[in-house]
Amino acid sequence: MAKMQQSYVRQEMVQDLPPPPASSGFVGWARRSLFSSISNSILTIVAALFVVWAGYHLFHFFILDAVFVAEDGSACKLKPGACWAFIWDRMDFFIYGFFPKDPYWASTDIFFVSAFMEYWRINVLFVIGLALLVPLLIPSVPGKLINALLFFIPFPILVIVLLNGGWFGLELVPTEKWGGLTVTLIIGLVGIVASLPIGIVLALGRQSKLPAIKTLCVVFIEIWRAVPLITVLFMASVMLPLFVPENMTIDKLLRALIGVALFNSAYMAEVVRGGLQALPRGQYEAASALGLNYWKSMGFIILPQALKHVIPGIVNTFIALFKDTSLVAIVGIFDLLRTVQNAAGNDLNWGAPTTSVTGYIFAAAMFWVFCFSMSRYSMFMERRLETGHKR
Amino acid sequence: MSKRIVTIAVGAALAFTVQAAQADTLEDVKEKGYVQCGVTEGVPGFSNPDENNEWSGIEADYCMALAAAIFDDTSAVRYRPLTSTERFTALSSGEVDVLARTTTWTMSRDTQLGINFTGTYYYDGQGFMVRAADGITSALELSGAAVCIESGTTTELNAADYFETNGMDYNPVVFVQQDEVVKAYQDGRCDVYTTDSSAIAAERSKFADPSEHIILPEIISKEPLGPSVRQGDDTWLNINRWTLFAMINAEELGVTSENVDEMLGSDNPSIKRLLGVEGDFGTPMGLDKDWAYRIIKAVGNYGESYDRHIGPDTAIGLERGLNALWTKGGILYAPPIR
Repeated sequence: MAKMQQSYVRQEMVQDLPPPPASSGFVGWARRSLFSSISNSILTIVAALFVVWAGYHLFHFFILDAVFVAEDGSACKLKPGACWAFIWDRMDFFIYGFFPKDPYWASTDIFFVSAFMEYWRINVLFVIGLALLVPLLIPSVPGKLINALLFFIPFPILVIVLLNGGWFGLELVPTEKWGGLTVTLIIGLVGIVASLPIGIVLALGRQSKLPAIKTLCVVFIEIWRAVPLITVLFMASVMLPLFVPENMTIDKLLRALIGVALFNSAYMAEVVRGGLQALPRGQYEAASALGLNYWKSMGFIILPQALKHVIPGIVNTFIALFKDTSLVAIVGIFDLLRTVQNAAGNDLNWGAPTTSVTGYIFAAAMFWVFCFSMSRYSMFMERRLETGHKR
Repeated sequence: MSKRIVTIAVGAALAFTVQAAQADTLEDVKEKGYVQCGVTEGVPGFSNPDENNEWSGIEADYCMALAAAIFDDTSAVRYRPLTSTERFTALSSGEVDVLARTTTWTMSRDTQLGINFTGTYYYDGQGFMVRAADGITSALELSGAAVCIESGTTTELNAADYFETNGMDYNPVVFVQQDEVVKAYQDGRCDVYTTDSSAIAAERSKFADPSEHIILPEIISKEPLGPSVRQGDDTWLNINRWTLFAMINAEELGVTSENVDEMLGSDNPSIKRLLGVEGDFGTPMGLDKDWAYRIIKAVGNYGESYDRHIGPDTAIGLERGLNALWTKGGILYAPPIR
């Protein structure tokens, strides 16, 4: 026998036995995570019962007992569920506020124009705004520079021209008549677009070696951060008029806009400063070693890294800002929340015990949609810009 | 040092206030082309966005009447919703030309804030609501009742005074917010709900079955609601005052928005003077001769406005009560136009 048979060495692997049925699949997962001990089992059962109980009631409130179609609140008085018909009926108020409803063009006898009412002006802006914003946010779409220029320069001008009117035969709509979602979006967008650049400048200024600039930035940031937004709005609305000559009235919405933008830029400055401080000194030194001047080293080396680090913080500030827009209600500006509150509390056509709960749910859902989208988009950007810097 | 700065700041503020007070509001308004009217942020029946998203209510009507008198155009009004804290500053700083914002005419407001009240368009007062099933017909039967009240308001003090003076016991159930108070009453935690009677009526209309609740006839406080203007501009004060008086006089004389054109041919000298057929009462105020005709044609008389917004046929459903004409058992009384 030239070859000794190695009968004691297996030629092939024994096939793995399947794990015991009780530790794999759903059962195993449930045993591990839900029923690993007696106390955990009790907690699981209690939680499950709670979910079922809550789900049952929510299902009843939102769907089974809800009123979807009704002429007025009398139908909602009869059912304990949500009064969706109210939301549907007053939707125009929640979106367009006091914007004139009657057709300005009706006298011209052009049917297809008169059918639009004045709301077309806001609708057109929504569409153009989306058409410019969506490609701007999707990284793979080309033409970012032109897109951004269009969004930041002609678009705001168009917003003012179309919303305010008074030109080109458009009916003048003073800002007192703006309201609802339109105003919320205006304040939110202006706040977001203004606070980031101002915040970056302030953060850089705070790190400046020039004492005058540094002091100015520190004082600005600390004062605005130390004052509640309600106070800022209140000062802008109530105190400011006392200190300017009588003929000079600054538009109330504009005052609120400036207040919100400056307030949030102070917060933004601190978020950006966090990013700047997180960068190793080596990055600054490397930029200097390359012979880049201050602006180039900031623009090409420091800020791209610093901002990437603090995306969650920046978006956090944006989301907080967007929700804070509802505070303008205290100075009598009818934002989305205020229009909903007003219609739910005071529209006696729709007076019913469930009206105001329904209104609040609707407002919460609207805010949630916007804030959740922002949060998701920020996670997407974080993943896209990930270059292994996370530890 | 800081004292001096404060002095300067206050001085500057005062200087501007004085400047504001001397301005000719009517001229300003005519130049602007509209009346800037300070209204509530939404009180049903008084000033509230209606289903067409336009301000309506007796306060909005008042603003439109002003615009009609000045411009013959009820759309020449811009409404500025004001919170209760900013209303007086908005008026004295010239942000609004007139304040028609459910504001109670009190002495301190009239004499200390640099504003003048021009009249009363609604005599409000605190009232009580009870469940009809309880069989109570008068507030004097409320001894021992549990009363739902909003805390920290004059409402609470008024109720305490009322029960004290009438030698009755009561059991206050106090909440911070109006809707909590209403909810507690609905849930049966108290027998009585008390606040201003116009607000009670508005809240009641939202109940599942409003007819199960009654508002007691007693009114226990004086809350005359009226428009106010800046002090020191008598022309503007007169225009405001007589706009309201014209509406009240029109009701007394039976002139309505529908019959006003026929009434132009009336033989009644009072109607002739009101409508500018005889004599000219508009020019001395800086208005046209037919100022009152325009108001009545466009907005209607006081009664029409009342019935449109808070009268028995509306959701609020308030009887005229104190707000009836003096000839019909109320206290609404306007000086004659002559």
